[in-house]
Amino acid sequence: MSTIQITINGTSQSLDVPPMKRLLDVLREDAHLTGTKEGCGEGECGACAVLMNGELVNSCLVPALHADGASVCTIEGVAPSAAAEGEPAHLHPIQQCFFENGGAQCGICTPGMILATHHLLDKYPNPTLEQIKEGLAGNLCRCTGYMRIFESVQKAAQALTTIST
Amino acid sequence: MRSDVTQYELTAPTTLAAVLAQLAAEPGKHTPIAGGTELMVALGVGRLAAKSLLSINHLKELRFIRVDDDAIHIGAGTTFTDIRRNADIARDLPLLASSASWTGSVANQNRGTLGGNICNASPAADTPPALLAYGATVTLISTNGTRTVPYTEFHLGYKRTALRPDELLHTITVPRTFAGWKQHIRKVGTRNAQAISKTALACLAKLDGETIAEIRIGAASLADRPLRCTGIEAALTGLSIAKADLEATVRAGRAALAFEAKPIDDIRSTGRYRSIVAANLLEEFLRSLVL
Repeated sequence: MSTIQITINGTSQSLDVPPMKRLLDVLREDAHLTGTKEGCGEGECGACAVLMNGELVNSCLVPALHADGASVCTIEGVAPSAAAEGEPAHLHPIQQCFFENGGAQCGICTPGMILATHHLLDKYPNPTLEQIKEGLAGNLCRCTGYMRIFESVQKAAQALTTIST
Repeated sequence: MRSDVTQYELTAPTTLAAVLAQLAAEPGKHTPIAGGTELMVALGVGRLAAKSLLSINHLKELRFIRVDDDAIHIGAGTTFTDIRRNADIARDLPLLASSASWTGSVANQNRGTLGGNICNASPAADTPPALLAYGATVTLISTNGTRTVPYTEFHLGYKRTALRPDELLHTITVPRTFAGWKQHIRKVGTRNAQAISKTALACLAKLDGETIAEIRIGAASLADRPLRCTGIEAALTGLSIAKADLEATVRAGRAALAFEAKPIDDIRSTGRYRSIVAANLLEEFLRSLVL
């Protein structure tokens, strides 16, 4: 067993885990954050994508030891937390745009899609359709046919640009 | 059947020297792991034979891109994303930049390394064709020092390399002396993104008027290992691409490829299909020289 220090969605924690345990399983089983989904388990589908030190990674391919000292953002950490007890929590603009534009259907690919979109819009605030297609090429969806996801990302880019200007 | 992760050891010595010392002390016992985009897949499906892994993922000594007058030196731990973001590589080694851009997805490019792509030694790997065409050399390091060998001598057979059990790949050195050469690379897979190649061809040619003065070709999946196609190169050197000669040159290239290619059959394609597609890619390159 190894003791790893990992910051997940802003909270630092110490976890005793087998060093080759997949970050995906550490998040789900040890940190009890089940928003991150397993799809293929071999880095092809992007369902398990999270941000590690700001970079998009497939958490099924990251051994726990490689996350030692890292800061990880999962889907649970994307939306801002509710300002006060009893107030409704707000979705992040990316989540809101997926919600409003039919970018999410069955939901399995959605956490990875949202984080890949987050990573994409950090790099390209006003992405072209080609940049969106390339940025999300590692995230497979079997429901939407992708067009609604691309539209959701374009709307999210507009929403985020409006907020920041 | 998934592996039992508690049966695997993974340690991360803090320096390159410490990693090399451990490899030397127990040769063959430890398998280096960098970005994990290959070994973690094997772990996931219960096919990771190595039980003791040595992380080199965090070693800053292996992650660099250094440019001098004649060459670009790339540390083995450099990620595909690092390569894609580098302006010198984009300008001087466009075939390498292109191959890095279609290696897996963005998430895999953020983790996977050039050294891993080479040492995993798949005949279908994305970056070797470009590195072979550019005439790269590789520097290997152990506690006994370093040795530099032409990359063409690194791949010995299917998933077999010149790397000794106590050695690590340290640097890939690529000449940046191809200004004025025609450069072309194309990969054929099941889709544009994320697919593993059926075949790929990286081509460089230097023209003297309408004559092919020099030509260099690297290929994926045309043999049991990444292949520098010296037979095709010999057949095409000195041939003309003038209008009256082009068809004969194309025929000579296709014939040489059919003779040199010994592609394997596997789940992604058949050897026969790979040979035909690679010949089409070569023809595409030769015809592009005329434009």
